[in-house]
Amino acid sequence: MTKQIHLAAHFPGVNNTTVWSDPRSGSQIDFDSFRHLAQTAERGKFDFFFLAEGLRLREMKGRIHDLDVVGRPESLTVLAALAAVTTRLGLAATVNSTFNEPYEVARRLASLDHLSGGRAAWNVVTSWDAFTGENFRRGGYLAESDRYTRAAEFLQTVRELWDSWAPDAITAKDGQFIRPGGISTFHHDGLHFTITGRFNVPRPPQGHPVIIQAGDSEEGRDFAAASADVIFSRHSKLEEGRAFYKDVKSRLARYGREPGDLKILPAVTYVLGDTQEEAERHAAEIRRAQVSPQTAISFLEGIWGRDLSAYDPDGPLPDIEPDLGKGVSEGRAQFRGDRGAVAAKWRALAAEKNLSIRELVIETAAPQTFVGTAATVAEQINTFVQTDAADGFIFVPHLTPGGLDDLVDKVVPLLQEKGVFRADYTGPTLRDHLGLKTKEL
Amino acid sequence: MTLHLAVALDGAGWHPAAWRAEGAQPDRLFTAGYWAELVLEAERGLLDWVTFEDSLGLQSARFDGPDERLDQVRGRLDAVLLAASLAPLTSRIGLIPTTSVTHTEPFHVAIGIASLDYASRGRAGWRPRVSARPDEAAHFGRREFPPIDLASPQVAELFAEASDAVEVVRRLWDSWEDDAEIRDAATGRFIDRDRLHYIDFEGRFFKVKGPSITPRPPQGQPLVTSLGHNTAPYEFAARGADVLYITPQDRDDARRITEEVRAAEATVGRTGPSLKVFADLVVFLGGHKARLDDLDGGALESDAHIFEGTPAELADLLLDWRPAGLDGYRLRPGVLPHDLAAITQGLVPELQARGAFRKAYETADLRGRLGLARPGSRYARAS
Repeated sequence: MTKQIHLAAHFPGVNNTTVWSDPRSGSQIDFDSFRHLAQTAERGKFDFFFLAEGLRLREMKGRIHDLDVVGRPESLTVLAALAAVTTRLGLAATVNSTFNEPYEVARRLASLDHLSGGRAAWNVVTSWDAFTGENFRRGGYLAESDRYTRAAEFLQTVRELWDSWAPDAITAKDGQFIRPGGISTFHHDGLHFTITGRFNVPRPPQGHPVIIQAGDSEEGRDFAAASADVIFSRHSKLEEGRAFYKDVKSRLARYGREPGDLKILPAVTYVLGDTQEEAERHAAEIRRAQVSPQTAISFLEGIWGRDLSAYDPDGPLPDIEPDLGKGVSEGRAQFRGDRGAVAAKWRALAAEKNLSIRELVIETAAPQTFVGTAATVAEQINTFVQTDAADGFIFVPHLTPGGLDDLVDKVVPLLQEKGVFRADYTGPTLRDHLGLKTKEL
Repeated sequence: MTLHLAVALDGAGWHPAAWRAEGAQPDRLFTAGYWAELVLEAERGLLDWVTFEDSLGLQSARFDGPDERLDQVRGRLDAVLLAASLAPLTSRIGLIPTTSVTHTEPFHVAIGIASLDYASRGRAGWRPRVSARPDEAAHFGRREFPPIDLASPQVAELFAEASDAVEVVRRLWDSWEDDAEIRDAATGRFIDRDRLHYIDFEGRFFKVKGPSITPRPPQGQPLVTSLGHNTAPYEFAARGADVLYITPQDRDDARRITEEVRAAEATVGRTGPSLKVFADLVVFLGGHKARLDDLDGGALESDAHIFEGTPAELADLLLDWRPAGLDGYRLRPGVLPHDLAAITQGLVPELQARGAFRKAYETADLRGRLGLARPGSRYARAS
């Protein structure tokens, strides 16, 4: 059977892949930028619009990182505003379960679901770093090993709060606003949360807003298989995508769930051209724009763990060896892991291809997922989905706010012609778009 | 000078039986459309701003904890998100949500209100609220609160903690200088990091590092408003707020309170513009209060003076009390949408005819409406 593709739009992030030096690059903070991208996604009948989150500005060498786009709004607040200027588009917020409390997250997501008529989604993420914790009164108190148990308990608690109001709790007639038994008292007594009382937002229109999860470890996959509606995956290559897809879908039965209950949506990028050659030329230009001379040195410093500002980005790699101590970057994920091994690999690659520092960093950056004409990109997208490497994609544009304009104008119509993507929305809620059932009590 | 008029919106109105009044829309209280109609009506009436109530527990007929009543409105939407959903639909009216500063992280409040200021292009305000109720604390499970005793040192501590939270929020709003974003291709820098600042707040209750993740909001400092009934909240407002809502029962009471507020400003050593003082009034402009009282099983009780009468009589009262030191009023409509429409279509024309209220919005941003300048960041160095 032909699968239907699901599409989501990711607002450009605060890293070097978002190109700010391009003359077409607009504001990363003005509401009009969010409105433009969301309305573009809705014009393209996308399932949802996605906002990431980072609760502390990144640092390099003990100072605030200054080379990339930075400065974001609070995601749920912007999505509530976007709810007023869109009518069908799903609205997905990343909200951290470490630096929030279940009662507040439950009521804010329920509120967004009410204000949007059933279009809210929550990307559940968990931090454990004391660095981010310094912005919060309760600090960074979580051991890394506790992050999934906390996330799972947090989500469970939030669901208990949503479920504490019956769907028909509000009668509002014959002198009775709430029917007897319409609001139950909740009691949650767990490892991370011990709370009791009464929730104060009516049950969300979707029952439960859509749950998104991005974990990739064994624990992360199990957490998603048990609890999530959508996985935001990193596996954007065909073969590894299929392996991931098969693995995660096979875990669902253990939790009494069907394969269709969890949608797998890798984050992907794309570049279009009138010809394949033109698209590839554009793609190379974008990769170069994503790695400025200063960014190249910064990346190298991240791996080398030391100040390399005296080196020429257009020159060869430094002779000195990496400092494998505590590192120079805070608040970014890509420099965790074995820096010594990465440095050795980079040296070998630079020697083999005779690359300068900047050329090397460009070479090692992930290439764009889909590069080609509208027709070939539509074909690749469809192949990916029909061969079970994904259920659809979260598109991450490199330009704010017009970065998905040509995808919507040129590629989406081709997918619609193929009959693999909706010509219009068929229901009002995000669960409708994703083919997920409303959560019943 | 124009009188300032704000309206406090909550549920079906401030009478607990308001949802049973003629024209009430109790089945729409949790929809975006209901609130959009109310706020657009307030904007058509040229009102200064609307406030949105919020709390971290169910409403109750008791002030100290939940009750078992099923005949009154229960449940509320998150006020910051509600205000944000109204921002793109309006262009002039101020939007002021309430948040708890006892349980909510000041960092989240700072970025939420800043984001509301962006979505509304400079029309955001904030009403910080202390939560002393033990049932609200139990929803978080981090602290146990004793039964509320307004005279207890614990309440004073909550106000001290709230003052720290407001200070943190204000520092975070200033933590990016206005010109921090430079997009300098020559040096590859998107921001000038010397114009971003750690706030390094350390107080008795918590510490917060900063800077904010959100650039400085359009107004620089969104309008901070708070409600007070006695010395501790007056001093709290004098430390951190721009506007104070008070609850006088008559003109003499208004004079007594405004004098006490001025004394509170002196006590805490307030610098900068003095507090703008607004009197809160619950208003019934349709003669329906008695019937609602009957339905609710008793006369409405309120912290604020309850006015019943015609728009012209209300205009008389507002102008009569004003010389007691009031900059304006925050009206709490007894029944929605009825009493709001009576304000915008009855009271406002009445005041305009007397030369006491604006005939058009003169400023786009909320601070400007009160004559408050846009402040520079406290961290900006003279260059």
